[in-house]
Amino acid sequence: MATCSLHGEDSPYFAGWEEYRNNPYDVKLNPSGVIQMGLAENTLSFGVMEDWLIKHPEATITSEQSLGLFKDLALYQDYHGLSDYRKAMASFMEAMRGNRVKFDPDRIVNAAGSTAANEVLMFCLADPGDVFLVPSPYYPGFDRDLRWRTGVEIEPIHCYSSNNFQITKSAVESAFKRAKDQKKQVKGILITNPCNPLGTISSADTLKMLLAFANKKKIHLVCDEIYSGSVFSSPEFHSIAEIVAQENYSPDNVHIVYSLSKDMGLPGFRVGTIYSYNDTVVMAARRMSSFTMISTKTQHLLSTMLSDPEFVNYYIAENKKRLEERHRLIVSGFEQAGIKQLEGNAGLFCWVNMSHLLPSNDIEGELKLWKGILYKAKLNISPGSSFKCMEPGWFRVCFSEMTISTMKVALERLQRFVKQNKVMTH
Amino acid sequence: MNARGEEKCRRVGLSKRKRNKNLSEKATCSGHGEDSPYFAGWEEYRRNPYDPLHNPSGIIQMGLAENRLSSGVVEEWLSNHPEALMISNRDLLKDLALYQDYHGMPAFRTALANFMGALGRNKVKFEAERIVNTAGTTAANEVLMFCLADPGDVFLVPSPYYPGFDRDLRWRTGVEIVPIHCYSSNNFQITKSAVKSAYKDSQNRNKNVRGILITNPCNPLGTTSSAKTLKMLLDFTQKKKIHLVCDEIYSGSVFSSPQFHSIAEIVTRESSTPDNVHIVYGLSKDLGLPGFRVGAIYSYNNTVVTAARRMSSFCMISSQTQYLLSCMLSDSDFVECYIAENKKRLEERHKLLVSGFAKAGIKHLNGNAGLFCWVNMSHLLTSNDLEGELKLWKSILYETKLNISPGSSFNCMEPGWFRVCFAESNITTMEVALQRLQRFAEKYKAMY
Repeated sequence: MATCSLHGEDSPYFAGWEEYRNNPYDVKLNPSGVIQMGLAENTLSFGVMEDWLIKHPEATITSEQSLGLFKDLALYQDYHGLSDYRKAMASFMEAMRGNRVKFDPDRIVNAAGSTAANEVLMFCLADPGDVFLVPSPYYPGFDRDLRWRTGVEIEPIHCYSSNNFQITKSAVESAFKRAKDQKKQVKGILITNPCNPLGTISSADTLKMLLAFANKKKIHLVCDEIYSGSVFSSPEFHSIAEIVAQENYSPDNVHIVYSLSKDMGLPGFRVGTIYSYNDTVVMAARRMSSFTMISTKTQHLLSTMLSDPEFVNYYIAENKKRLEERHRLIVSGFEQAGIKQLEGNAGLFCWVNMSHLLPSNDIEGELKLWKGILYKAKLNISPGSSFKCMEPGWFRVCFSEMTISTMKVALERLQRFVKQNKVMTH
Repeated sequence: MNARGEEKCRRVGLSKRKRNKNLSEKATCSGHGEDSPYFAGWEEYRRNPYDPLHNPSGIIQMGLAENRLSSGVVEEWLSNHPEALMISNRDLLKDLALYQDYHGMPAFRTALANFMGALGRNKVKFEAERIVNTAGTTAANEVLMFCLADPGDVFLVPSPYYPGFDRDLRWRTGVEIVPIHCYSSNNFQITKSAVKSAYKDSQNRNKNVRGILITNPCNPLGTTSSAKTLKMLLDFTQKKKIHLVCDEIYSGSVFSSPQFHSIAEIVTRESSTPDNVHIVYGLSKDLGLPGFRVGAIYSYNNTVVTAARRMSSFCMISSQTQYLLSCMLSDSDFVECYIAENKKRLEERHKLLVSGFAKAGIKHLNGNAGLFCWVNMSHLLTSNDLEGELKLWKSILYETKLNISPGSSFNCMEPGWFRVCFAESNITTMEVALQRLQRFAEKYKAMY
């Protein structure tokens, strides 16, 4: 396990980050450096959180009254997690879904980030050699998170641009059959909703179709809703929890993954959540969370913050507004460069079609184009092949972790690159 | 469920009826280890915890190895250094919130490396670049197993050993533990013949031995391994081309002689850097911060450092916590004061406990480290076997209302030994506990 390459870091997705690390753009110190557009981080709404933290020193145990708390937090190592924290997380998840569903804090299991949450779920739901069906294109980290230490395998559910990459029943059945033909045991389906890298949400019909399929085949349905707080325009987001609430029974094969890394821009704090409707899974996952617990100091900070409904409502609204503005800016930049994008309404990225710029309509052509953009235009964007996209030429471009002026510089570079490339290929 | 899964569940005694076919073997077998008396006692305590005012006849917790003796020293430092809690600096707050590099913050790794050096009286310098962050030593030990062994491989572990290892080393990794049996006849020291015997036993069962894992200072014994023993283990592992993992989580909790030797000291004396040695450390015990989830792997093997670092994506330390600790542990005055004060307080508490045992006529293993005593209550057993030990444990738990941990949960071969923790409660509670124990021992004398 230590020596194989299932850690996934040999993919261009990570290679681009390395290039950026070696030569990062800085407006003053390195204006010709690489601009990072390959990391889905949200820094747009950070100021909202900073303002709240400055006004609430008790959240970081700096006020004298709360220093007494320090000892209790320092000693608390119960894998159930602080109950105030779980309550606050449950109510935050509800607020993000417009309070259309209720989450039970006792079904929340802590994990140090959604990377860990997804892995723990795989350990609980599948044995080595078992298969999970995952719609492609999908987040490259899944190759590591779902497979590396668990021995679980991924069978992609292929989605295509012809229907805007929506998950169809026939694609699901096809993936299921492929796995069965290889004599593999399918244990479940895992989707990301809103989707990374597409930046779109799954419709209620799609979710119902997936739930019905999972129920029929007696397999699990895992919904990674890590971007549920990053939906900035219509259509409306539907959590699998809403679909479940409409059912007459509580399905014990549905599990949700959440985290604050994207919606709140706190990847450094390592805050992940598993929410399962299955009691055995809750218990097993909780025990496994001993290997990946959230620091109590962090739990305390977040339980204080997320229990403040005024802050929560303001943050959700402001984050939505800022993401929408930034998305509009980047889409207009693409238009000026003659680049089409999949119409998205969520997430921190756009899924763009650059197939018209490919030197050859295959993966080799895509990687050549990616290198050109990385080394000539000095933009780190992520090639679709690293997301297992079946159609060459699609790229994911992130838009929420840079300033507006940096984004403008990036768009100008892109426009210049496209002009030059057009001249070369015609 | 596949055939291996079935076999595993049969081994852990789980009936087919109870297993949920739709979940993994790991989710439904008892590899989590919580069915042991070690954890059952905690559960009983949680239901009926002692409180001098509200519940004076409740259970006193002496089964949890926590260090509360020196938290005042930490609290004092914090009240003098509010900047370590990072509220006022917006730029810093943003950097920390976004910092998700599994390398971990360089300032934190440097501070931790220096702290580890200070614990060993600066006989060794630890390189910050060899430190891999993990959210606690539970995670560190598991990551090392994933890196060093495959499912079905074996690690030799001296018994008695920490019950959590059954979960941490085996549950999700599929690695197996073969105990290196240690006995009271030589104060439970690890002998070469015991190591060879365990190694041979594994080979006879066609198992691939990948390494030895020791805890030094030892949990539950409360003793340190001699330099000679460490050298013996290092030589053995190098001869057999297997790994040596030293969990040194209690290295800052050594309160009297003999002196503690880290495996790092032994390594430093060698002419070449052995690539089969790995150290596990964490701040849960020495600094009393289990809630903050701070663990580390220190490996002399570059490939292991790289692999473990990648794996640490699954168990990273919160950047907020890394920042706080890098401030604290970079303060050399604090470090010096804390190490000395912690040692002093542990020694005092240990002396109190040992004197209480003497009054109760209970012998203990001469210990110099850790947060517990390893005591011999075999003279109180109704039968000299596991059943007798569990009966005694239950009486102490339900009648005497003390949660102490029976040796069998540590895989001890000799019935009647118990681990009693002493750093978790205050002095008054400890005195109440000792009185209860003395009464129990007297009652037993009168009966038999």
